[in-house]
Parts: sequence; C-alpha cells; structure tokens
Amino acid sequence: MKPAFIKVPERVKRGEVFPVKVLIRHPMETGHRRDRVGAPIPRDIIHSFRADYDGDVVFRMELFPGIAANPYLEFRTVATRTGTLTCRWEDDAGGRHSQSVTITVE
Amino acid sequence: MTSPAVRIAAVAALGALLWQLPGAARDEPGAVDAADLIPEDKRSGYHFQAEQTRTMQDDPMGNPGLLWVSQGEFLWHEAPANRRACAGCHGDAAASMRGVAARYPAIDGVSGRLMNLEARINDCRARRQALPPLPYESDDLLALTAYVARQSHGMPVGVAVDGPARPWFERGRELYATRQGQLNLACRHCHQQHAGRKLRGDTLSQGHGTGYPAYRLEWQTLGSLHRRLRACSAGVRAVMPGLGSDDYLALELFLGWRAAGLPVETPAVRR
Repeated sequence: MKPAFIKVPERVKRGEVFPVKVLIRHPMETGHRRDRVGAPIPRDIIHSFRADYDGDVVFRMELFPGIAANPYLEFRTVATRTGTLTCRWEDDAGGRHSQSVTITVE
Repeated sequence: MTSPAVRIAAVAALGALLWQLPGAARDEPGAVDAADLIPEDKRSGYHFQAEQTRTMQDDPMGNPGLLWVSQGEFLWHEAPANRRACAGCHGDAAASMRGVAARYPAIDGVSGRLMNLEARINDCRARRQALPPLPYESDDLLALTAYVARQSHGMPVGVAVDGPARPWFERGRELYATRQGQLNLACRHCHQQHAGRKLRGDTLSQGHGTGYPAYRLEWQTLGSLHRRLRACSAGVRAVMPGLGSDDYLALELFLGWRAAGLPVETPAVRR
C-alpha cells in the first residue's frame, strides 16, 4: 500500500517549471493531547521531508506540530531530464518512507 | 418609545418561542408524519460547507479520505493467509460493488437482520473468511467501507424500507422525531426545522449521511456515520448509543430513506 499520493504532470518540457503535489497519510499527533485515562499521547509527526530529482535535492521542508494530519504539500521545480523524483520523509516514531514518480521530459 | 414595528417583532419572536415549547401536542413522535421529516429543498451536507471544504472534497489530490479508499483497495485484493481475498469472490469492485452503498443499510437474507456496510463487511469476514470482525472505527474497516462506498460515487441513494425492514424504519423515524438529552432536542429540530441557520459558528445541515465514511477536519481522520451520530447525541447531552448499535442502525436506515435521490459522496469532506 502506498503511503502517499504524488502527482506530477504527465509530460513536461525541458526547462519548464512544474508543480509536484504530495498528500501523505499521517496522523501528525501533536504531543499535546491526552488519551482517555489522562496519559499524554507521545508526539508523532513527520518532522522532515525532502525530494530528490536528477541528483539534486530540489525541495526540503521541516514540519511542526501545528501542521494538520495527512499533510498536503506542493512545490515547484525545473524539468531537466527524464528520471525519477523521490520523496522521502521521516517521523518521530522512527518511520522512514520514500515514494517515487517518473518525470517524463520532452 | 417602542415603535409599533419593534413591538410586532417582539410578539412574533415570543410566538415563535412558545411554538417550540416542549410537550406541545405536535411534538409527540407518534404524531409526526415521516413525510414531514423530509426537507422540501433537499441538499447534501456539501452545500452547507465552506467553499474551501467543498474544493477539498472535489480535488482528488486534496481529499484525504481518498487515502483510505486507496488503503481499502489494497485490502480488497490482499488475501489473508490460507484464505481468499475479498476480490477472490467479488472480483472487480468497480463492477460487483457498484450501487451497493446506495441501497445500504439493507436486510440480510440469511440472518434477517438489518446490516449497514460495516456490518456486512464483518459478516462476510466471519462467514466466508473465518476471520474475526474488524473493530468498528478501525482504519481497516473504515478503509474497506469507504472503498466499497466509493464504487457508488454519484449514484442516488435509495434504501428499501418495506417488508422486514419496516420495523427498523419505524424505530429510526421515532428516534429521529423524539426529543432527547438534557437539551431536550430531537434530530428534526436542528436538521429539519432549522437547517441552513447558524448554530454558533457552524451552519446546520439537513443531516443527510450520504458522504460517510467522511473526512471531518475536526477529527483529522476518516470516520463512520455512527461516529458522527454520537457527536450529535453528545451535542444534545443525550445517552450515546454504541457504534454499530441497533438504535443507530435504525436511524441510519431512516436517514437513507430521508436522503433518497441524493448522490453518494463518500468520502466527503466535512468541517
């Protein structure tokens, strides 16, 4: 099962600035809440996210507890060559995820 | 110094207040005709949401409920050890599950009991896969329910309320029309008489459950119709029936009848 939706245009032209949309399934537990018996629920948020494309880190982001569950991220980058764009993110529970999409450059 | 207009308005307001006093004959649930509980201008909860929330629901990349639909699709095809997957019997859900959510809850032919989608999925697990039931409100059950319901996306709701379903329907109608809780309100007071008006910062919807399981921003997750109903029960400070309880099943059937013709929106996005 894929933990995220990643959407890019089907084809892009070389040099074109194109959007990358990412929707990640994650509870983004703030660490400020308590459960039914009053015990604190430990913080579990995605704290860092980055995207690699054509040998470069094209986007990097730190995330904080104020960000809603199942975060939606959108950024833009420049099309250079056909290849893989890989999104990687880590959360407080130690989860490391990555998911890739193919960028087709004409 | 009071102008006649103000005095007339004051009398009208008082009249409106008296009209709503508890105990009046018209409040006897048995006296409420089911047809009077259907809004004239039927609108789904979608129309009572802020524009941003509606946009979120309509955007395939913005609706987080679709993440659960995607999980449900995975579970549909995943065969448990030594057992068939859902797809092993039902095949392609797009064909076999099309229209199913629109006619649920429905009477189960074998047990004769009323079942909603959640109950049907767990019944199938027990009977066909010999697996323990998924807990109500678990991510797996929500995901499978949302995936099945998604196959009826846009199709008009139409549940059967005759034959063995009739007693359930009557029970649901009575629940809908009966005052309850410390605030002494029935479902119909907010969602029939005052739909479209403000309740603090929120707009009262007509109370159609056609988008459930739905992603509620308040919950920050997908949730079942019964979870939403519990929120309403808590809101009027009434006893909250359990998730999957007979009371809520009966109410779900009545709501399905009341929403007849509205499209299935699962997974909807709500405030």
